Amino acid sequence: MEKRCTDSQVKGVSTGTTILAATFDGGVVIGSDSRASIGGEYVSSKTINKVIQVHDRIFCCMAGSLADAQAVIKTAKFHLSFHSVQMETPPLVISAASVLKELCYKNKDELQAGFITAGWDRKKGPQVYVVSLGGMLISQPVTIGGSGSTYIYGYVDAKYKPNMSREECLQFANNALALAMGRDNVSGGVAHLVVITETGVEHVVVPGDKLPKFHDE
Amino acid sequence: MLEETGPEWLSEEVKTGTTIIAIEYNGGVVLGSDSRVSAGASVVNRVMNKLSPLHDKIYCALSGSAADAQTIAEMVNYHLDVHSIEIGEDPQVRSAATLVRNISYKYKEELSAHLIVAGWDRRNKGQVFATLNGLLTRQPFAVGGSGSSYVYGFVDAEYRKGMSKEECQQFVVSTLSLAMNRDGSSGGVAYLVTIDEHSTEEKVILGNDLPTFFDQ
Repeated sequence: MEKRCTDSQVKGVSTGTTILAATFDGGVVIGSDSRASIGGEYVSSKTINKVIQVHDRIFCCMAGSLADAQAVIKTAKFHLSFHSVQMETPPLVISAASVLKELCYKNKDELQAGFITAGWDRKKGPQVYVVSLGGMLISQPVTIGGSGSTYIYGYVDAKYKPNMSREECLQFANNALALAMGRDNVSGGVAHLVVITETGVEHVVVPGDKLPKFHDE
Repeated sequence: MLEETGPEWLSEEVKTGTTIIAIEYNGGVVLGSDSRVSAGASVVNRVMNKLSPLHDKIYCALSGSAADAQTIAEMVNYHLDVHSIEIGEDPQVRSAATLVRNISYKYKEELSAHLIVAGWDRRNKGQVFATLNGLLTRQPFAVGGSGSSYVYGFVDAEYRKGMSKEECQQFVVSTLSLAMNRDGSSGGVAYLVTIDEHSTEEKVILGNDLPTFFDQ
C-alpha cells in the first residue's frame, strides 16, 4: 500500500481539492469544490471559492498552497489587465495561462501552486490550459487537478466526449466533482461551476445536498 | 554515481502494483486483474495472472508485494484443501476469506499484500470479500491495488445493483482498461474469471482488444 503524494505535504493552509475544466461545443465549464483544510485534519473553510476570474471571459482554478496560489493569481490579474490595455483587445486565454506559467516556472523553488485556466477568446474559441507545479503549460480538452482528481481519472476518461452540449457538460462536471468529493476527505462542501461562452459567464453553485448521489449513498 | 551497483531491478522489491476488481451478480462473481509486475521502474513480468485459485469455485485477486500475496494464496489453498476434506463438501467463500483475513491480520506488520476473495458456494451463491489490512467485509464489489485509486469515481458512478453476467464482465473490463491507462504500475493484458454454479471460466483479453476512450 504505497503512500501517494497528496497536498497534505504542503505546509500551512492547503486547498487539498478537486478542480476540473472541460470544453464543450461553444464554451467551457470550469469548476471546483469548496473545502480548505489545514494538514488534512481541520477544515478551515467550507465555502471557499477556488474559481477566480482573471478577466471577463477567463477563469482560473487553484490547487496546492492557498497562499501561493492567491499571490500568483493577484500578480497575474494585474499583468493581464495591463496587457489587455496595451493590446487594446481582450486577452487570449493562452496569454493568461502563460502569465501564470512564467510566475510558476521562475519561482518554482519557492512556490507550490498549480492552476487550471479556462476561457473563451475570439481567436481559438473555448480552451483549457493546465499549469502544473513546476511550470509546465499544456492545452487539453478536459483536465482535472488537486488531490481529489486521482479518484476520477477513470470516470473522466470514460465519460468525457468532445463537443458535448452545454447541459451534458455541466452534468458531467457535476458528477465528476460529486464523485471526487465522495472519495477524497480533503475535498467537499459545495460545487462551484462556471460556464463560459462567447455570450457570457454563468455561475452555478450546487450545494452539498443537491449533488448527484450514487449507488452507495 | 561512480560505483557499479548493478541494475536497479535486482535490489528493488517486486510488487504487483496492480489493479484488481471483483463483482458479484445474481448467480456468481466476476474477478478481473491486469498483468504487470514491477520492481521499481522495471516491469519484470508483463503477463502474470494475478487471479489465483483457492479452490474450485473460489478465487483470489493478488495485489501489493508479489511474494507476500503469492505466499498467502498458497497457504490458504492448502488449508482449504484440508478443510474441505474434513467437512466433506466444498468450502464456503466466507471460510476462504476468513483464512486470508486471519493471516493478513496476524502478520499485518510484516506483510504488505491485499487479497480480494470471491467465489460461489451453494449457501450464499456469489460473494465478494475484501480483506484489506486484516478486516473482513462482504461487499457487492471491491477494487484494489495501486490502480484502483483512479477508478473509484468510475465504479461509484457506473455500478448498479442487479447487473447481468455480461454487464458485469463489461464493467470489469472497462474498469481495468481505465486503470491500466492511468496507473504506471498496471498494464499488459486483462485476466477475467467468471464463477457460477455450473462453471469456472478463465479468459484473457489482450491489450489491443481492451476498450478505448476518447483520447486514444
